[in-house]
Amino acid sequence: MIEPSDGPSAAHGADGARVSLERAGDDLVIGLGGTWQIRAHLPGTTAVEAALESTPAPREVRFDSADLGGWDSSVLAFLQGVEDAAGARAIPVSLDGLPTGVRRLAELARTVPERGVRPEVPRGSPVRRLGWLGLRIYEGALEDIGFLGEAALAFGRFLRGRASYRRSDLRLLIQQAGADALGIVSLVSFLFGLILAFVGAVQLEQFGASIYVADLVGVGMVRDMAAFMTAIIVAGRSGAAYAAQLGTMKVTEEIDALRATGISPMEFLVVPRVVALVVMMPLLTVYADLMGILGGYVVGAGLLHITSAAYVQQTTAAVNMTQFVPGVIKGTVYGLLVALAGCNQGMKAGSSASAVGDAATRAVVSGVVAIIVACGVAQVISWVFGI
Amino acid sequence: MNDAPSPSDDAAPSDQISVRHLTMAYEDFVVMRDISFDVSPGEIFAIMGGSGCGKSTLMRHMLGMLEPASGEIFYSGESFTRAPPEARGRALRRFGVLFQGGALWSSMTLAENIALPLEEYTDLHPAEIRDIATLKLSLVGLRGFEDYYPSEISGGMRKRAGLARAMALDPAIMFVDEPSAGLDPVSSRLLDDLILELSESFGTTFVVVTHELASIFRIATTSIFLDTNTRTATAIGPPAWLRDHSEDPAVRAFLRRGEAEHE
Ligand SMILES: Nc1ncnc2c1ncn2[C@@H]1O[C@H](COP(=O)(O)OP(=O)(O)OP(=O)(O)O)[C@@H](O)[C@H]1O
Ligand SMILES: [Mg+2]
Repeated sequence: MIEPSDGPSAAHGADGARVSLERAGDDLVIGLGGTWQIRAHLPGTTAVEAALESTPAPREVRFDSADLGGWDSSVLAFLQGVEDAAGARAIPVSLDGLPTGVRRLAELARTVPERGVRPEVPRGSPVRRLGWLGLRIYEGALEDIGFLGEAALAFGRFLRGRASYRRSDLRLLIQQAGADALGIVSLVSFLFGLILAFVGAVQLEQFGASIYVADLVGVGMVRDMAAFMTAIIVAGRSGAAYAAQLGTMKVTEEIDALRATGISPMEFLVVPRVVALVVMMPLLTVYADLMGILGGYVVGAGLLHITSAAYVQQTTAAVNMTQFVPGVIKGTVYGLLVALAGCNQGMKAGSSASAVGDAATRAVVSGVVAIIVACGVAQVISWVFGI
Repeated sequence: MNDAPSPSDDAAPSDQISVRHLTMAYEDFVVMRDISFDVSPGEIFAIMGGSGCGKSTLMRHMLGMLEPASGEIFYSGESFTRAPPEARGRALRRFGVLFQGGALWSSMTLAENIALPLEEYTDLHPAEIRDIATLKLSLVGLRGFEDYYPSEISGGMRKRAGLARAMALDPAIMFVDEPSAGLDPVSSRLLDDLILELSESFGTTFVVVTHELASIFRIATTSIFLDTNTRTATAIGPPAWLRDHSEDPAVRAFLRRGEAEHE
C-alpha cells in the first residue's frame, strides 16, 4: 500500500472517499475529497461517464484534489477508469490538479509497453460468433488429425525398431498401466459382475430360470462389459496421467529440449505410452472377465442356490471364443484410444499450471467419449455380421 | 540498422549462421521485425535487450522451434527454414541448447540427462558414457551430483546442469539462454570462463542471450540489441564499440546500465 505522500495527511477515519463533478467552462472538473482507502468502498466511474456523455461534450477533464486527504492505489484505479472512459471518447485528461505522487505513479503505470490485442471471442452478431466457433473447431480437428498422422508414423518406426525411446521408460509405463491398476480393476469388475447377477436374477427368478444368471454374467462381461469398465478405469488413471505428464513437460520446456536434441517427442514420449496401454489392456480385460464372473458366481452360488458345479458348467457352455476374442480386441482398441486421447491433450496443453489441469480433464472426457463411440460402433458391426 | 558492419544480402560464406529479414510473430502479435545478422564460426554472439523483447523467441526461431512469419535462417549457407525435417534433425545434432529454465528431463537423473544424447548419437559403451557425463558435470562444478534428480537440486544448479547437457556431444554451435541468471557472481564468472575456454579450445560458436553487462563485455565478440519500442534490432557490433559509438541512445543507456553518459 502507498503511504499518503502529500497534501494534508490522512484525515482520521470516518471521512470516506468523495467525488464531485463540476463544469468549469468547457472543461469537466472532477473533485476528489476525503480519504481514499483500497479496503473501503470506492466511488465508481458511472457518474463520470454520464458527465462525459453530456452535451456539449467537455473539452478536457481536469482534477481538483484540494480536499483530498489520505490516498492509496484506489485513487490510481479510479484515475485509470476515468482515463479509459475519456480515452474512449477522445477527451484529453490533465493530471495537473493531482498530488505529485499520484501523477508519478500514473506515469509509471502507463510506461508498461502495451502488447497487441490477443485474439478473443469476437463480439457482434451471432453469425460472426458462430463462424468464429466453426473456424476454431475446424482448426482443432486439423490439429488432432495431424497428431494422429504423426503418431502413426512414429509407431511405424517403432515397429521397425528405429524409434528412439528408453526401454526403462517403457517398462515403467507398462507396470504403471498394468500391475498398478490390478487392485481397482479387480474391485470394479467383481462388483460389476455382482450387480449384473442381481439385475438378471430379479427377472430370471420369476421364470424359475435363475441358472441363466451364469449366462448373463458370463456373456455380458466377456463380450463387452469387462473391456468397457476396464477402459473407463484406465481413462481415469493412465489417460489423465499421460496428459498431465506431457503437459507439465511442455510447460518446463522439456519437450522443446527433446526436439532440440533431435529426438522426436512422438517416439520418445507418445509411442511408449500407447504401446504400454495396447499391451496391457488385453491382459487387464481377460483379468476383468474372470473377476466379473467371480462376482456373478458369488451371487449365484451364495444367494440363488445354484450349485458351484452347475454355475461353472453353465458359464463354460455359454461363453465361447466368438465372444471372448471380440471382447479382448475391443479392450485393445479402447486402450489405444485412451492413450492417444491422453497424449494428444498433453501435447497441445497450454503453458500454465491450470492448462495442465484442463488437459487432464479433457483427456478423461475425450477418452470416455471415444470409448463409448467405439463401443457403439462395435455393437453395430457385430450385429451386422451376426456375431 | 544504423551501426557497425551490417550484413549483406548475398549468400553467406560457409560454416556460419546467417539470419535474413526475420520477422517473428505469435499469431497476430509481432515480436520483432526484419532482423538480419551473421554469426561467424568461433564467435561469441550476445543477444541483448530488455525483458520480454523477444530474445528467447529469436533463439527458438534459430532452432526451428517456431516458424518465422517471414525471412529465413541459414546455417553454412543452407536454408534451415526451408529444409526438410531430416536435414533439420541433422543440423540440430550439431547444436547444444540451454533453455532459459534449464529444461532438464525431470524423470531422469543428471547423468541420464547428459547420457541421452550420447546414447542416441554415439556407439559408446555405457561405462564410457557415464565417464563423459561425470566429466561434463564437473566442468560446471556439479561433480558428485550424477544421481540426483532435477527436482533435488537448486535453480542455479539446474541451469548449470542444463549447460552440461548442452555440451554433451561437443556441439559446434551452442545456444544458451541466460546462462548466469540466478547464479551468484562467482559461479557466473566461472561459467563465463567455461564459455571462453570452450570457444578457444574447441572453436565452439556461442549464441548467448544475456542481460549481464559484465558478462557481455567479458565474453561477447559481437552483439545484437533488440529494442522493444521499435520492435526491431537497433544495433549490431562489438559491445564495447556499441557502448561508445552507437547512434542509438537506448543502446548506449542499456550498455551503461541506464546511467547517464559522462562525456
Ligand atoms: N507462447 C507465446 N505465445 C504468445 N506470446 C508469447 C509467447 N511466448 C512469448 N510471447 C511474447 O513474446 C514476447 C517476447 O518473449 P520472449 O520470451 O522472447 O522474451 P525475452 O526477451 O526472452 O524476455 P526475458 O528476458 O524476460 O526472458 C513477450 O512479449 C511475450 O509476451
Ligand atoms: Mg527469455
